[in-house]
Amino acid sequence: MSRIYVSGMGAVSPAGWGVAALREALTRGEPLPVQILTRPGWEKPLPVRPVPQPTPRPEFLAHPRLRRASPITHYAAAAALEAGSQWRGDAGGSRPRMGIIVSLQSGCVQYSCRFYDETLKDPATASPLVFPETVYAAPASHVAALWENVVLGCSLVGDASAFLQAVALAAQWLEDDRVDACLVIGAEETNWIMADAVRYLDRSAVVTAGAGALCLCRDSQFSIGVELTAITDAHTFSTPCTRAQAAAVMRAQLGAGLPGELLCDGIGHSRTDAAELGAWRDWTGLRLSPKKVLGEGLMAAAAWQCVAACDAVAKKSSPAASVSLVGANQQALGARFTDGISHLSPVAAAGNIPS
Amino acid sequence: MLFPSLPPAATPPRVVVTGAGVITALGLGWATNAAGFRSGRTAFRPVTQFDVSRQRVKTAAEVDLPQTFPATKLGPRAASRMDRAAAMLVLAALEAWQQSGWVAADNIPLVLGTTAGGMLLGEDYFRQAIRQPHHQRGQAVRAVYYQPQVQARLVLDALGCSGPITIVSNACASGGNAIGQAWELIRSGQTERAVAGGYDALGEMVFAGFDALQALSPTVCRPFDARRDGLALGEGAAVMTLETLDSARRRGAVILGEVIGYASAIDRHHLTQPHPEGSTTLNVMRQACTVAGVSPEQIDYINAHGTGTVLNDGSEALAISTWAGSRAATLPVSSTKAGIGHLLGGAGAVEAVVCLMALREQWLPPEPAFETPDPACKFPVVQQPRDAAVNVALSNSFGFGGVNASLIFRRWA
Repeated sequence: MSRIYVSGMGAVSPAGWGVAALREALTRGEPLPVQILTRPGWEKPLPVRPVPQPTPRPEFLAHPRLRRASPITHYAAAAALEAGSQWRGDAGGSRPRMGIIVSLQSGCVQYSCRFYDETLKDPATASPLVFPETVYAAPASHVAALWENVVLGCSLVGDASAFLQAVALAAQWLEDDRVDACLVIGAEETNWIMADAVRYLDRSAVVTAGAGALCLCRDSQFSIGVELTAITDAHTFSTPCTRAQAAAVMRAQLGAGLPGELLCDGIGHSRTDAAELGAWRDWTGLRLSPKKVLGEGLMAAAAWQCVAACDAVAKKSSPAASVSLVGANQQALGARFTDGISHLSPVAAAGNIPS
Repeated sequence: MLFPSLPPAATPPRVVVTGAGVITALGLGWATNAAGFRSGRTAFRPVTQFDVSRQRVKTAAEVDLPQTFPATKLGPRAASRMDRAAAMLVLAALEAWQQSGWVAADNIPLVLGTTAGGMLLGEDYFRQAIRQPHHQRGQAVRAVYYQPQVQARLVLDALGCSGPITIVSNACASGGNAIGQAWELIRSGQTERAVAGGYDALGEMVFAGFDALQALSPTVCRPFDARRDGLALGEGAAVMTLETLDSARRRGAVILGEVIGYASAIDRHHLTQPHPEGSTTLNVMRQACTVAGVSPEQIDYINAHGTGTVLNDGSEALAISTWAGSRAATLPVSSTKAGIGHLLGGAGAVEAVVCLMALREQWLPPEPAFETPDPACKFPVVQQPRDAAVNVALSNSFGFGGVNASLIFRRWA
């Protein structure tokens, strides 16, 4: 079994472009200001937390592949470039093989709505430039084009828990020696229809957008002082296994935390949090709930949880951090990141996994 | 635990297919589809699902869903919430499941590929939100059931089992990637069996998109023909049950074929166009052969991605010709998209099942409309129905975004 390290992190969020902006907002702990989206033909406002425009505008946005790309691609690219900066070009004297995995839940909604709107008005004039940007695979393709050395790519769709499936897939690629480093990105964009749809599922949710990214590698010399030590099984919601039960099993599989461990959970302000709240009812350690500050960013929110967890370990605020992802309609997964010194992880120590 | 996972076995287990279900415009089920593919039947007709009067092209390969849905373990409410895509997916899964002889169990991974998932519900949602903003009836259900992971849960519920769900969305390579990822899960020792496949339904937005790109053929879909002028769209689904050879033997299962190789890579050339030299395609075919331990001389048939567009087929033809070398002159190649259209996220899975059919029943699926080979084709394109000795078959799948996948299957005799 290989040891897997985090070699970088990236984030674009309503707090701004970069991990530093995310960290600052989470440290402050105040919910970010809300703006109002209007839905065509409907007077009820839709509250959202948009991503601010970057100032100055990053140079990479002038890349030919990004010129027409949707905001979700811009967010994914920015997070990826921040997370993987040390892997562009040569690293350690050799050309590294990069993998890219992008996970999404809502995906490219802005161009999808725009193109379908054009289609309904008159398909004969619907833009051929917009259509390719509607596919789930577009962000991964564009991000790959920014790197000279990407050899493997994949886009995964699911609820927010799928971000940890993407991390597990990256770990598998690294263990199989198919890549030297792998970017795992969670990204979303928003518009009125996404905000409208989320409102049906959770009236209290404030929708937001952005991306988060982790860069994983096997070589400890590139580590930022963070090691991936555990990802639970995917506990799927089903007729015999409710969301609350799945969350509880995930929690049990993660085991007790290390002393001083931080929990990065997915709790916001909504009625859909009950399953996760129940699973972590007995948690007495440190706790960070990024959604309370940032809003409901779906897959991006899952990525921010992981970025915040890794950042806490990298900054030595905590020797370990767990991430709890209880998805909306698919499954529950959890993960633990440590400083690489403080483990064995409790799960390994309990003999549940081969050491 | 997904990580760290159990250490892999010194020798990865052999992986076989013990169930395969398929639905296309040729019909529902292995037998109907095998007869259609074997004879080279084409299934295109005027589009009826949505208005195409303002589109350049007005035909596609639509599926006729059965009037009576077979009994499943789905409750009536869940069953009523399936759109066309989910219905096709569940039908294919049921056939594969029944054929495999598996019984309901927990922890069977489900790996699916799709491009659009429940996009038809998304279209309904959008139209209602635009045209009747205050009319909310049905919108909450659409907001949930258009999501592919919810459609995947319908499959698990219909089969009466549960397990982790993975949704791969690498555009038109998704189905091939899904089968490949399931194969890798079993080979790595993480599971002894898995269900995998791909699906997509014909939708107005996607049809309009390909039409806007002028990628649809206004005449007839003729992959690798020098006069080809585009692709044709279709819809459908295919699902396979994969398990270790040991597991299949223990159960005395009927084995439909063996998966012996898979590779995937990403072409960074362009969002919608392959590299003109087919370098990534060449790379994945070579990698898949290395994994499978076979050479081009041992491949008896290639089910090409072969969309029928000028750029795709030119690039793929160059890659196959280069990869095969002297073997190319006698290596039969065809694209079954000529008969059922391009199934997008379902294509790789359906074409994998076509390879199993060819291996099991010893025939090659023809392209009846093919006439004049593209000069880049150094290989014969199968034009007429014919029986053949097929022991190893390779299936290519490529997608928007650049992901390429190759799967290799071996006959089980």
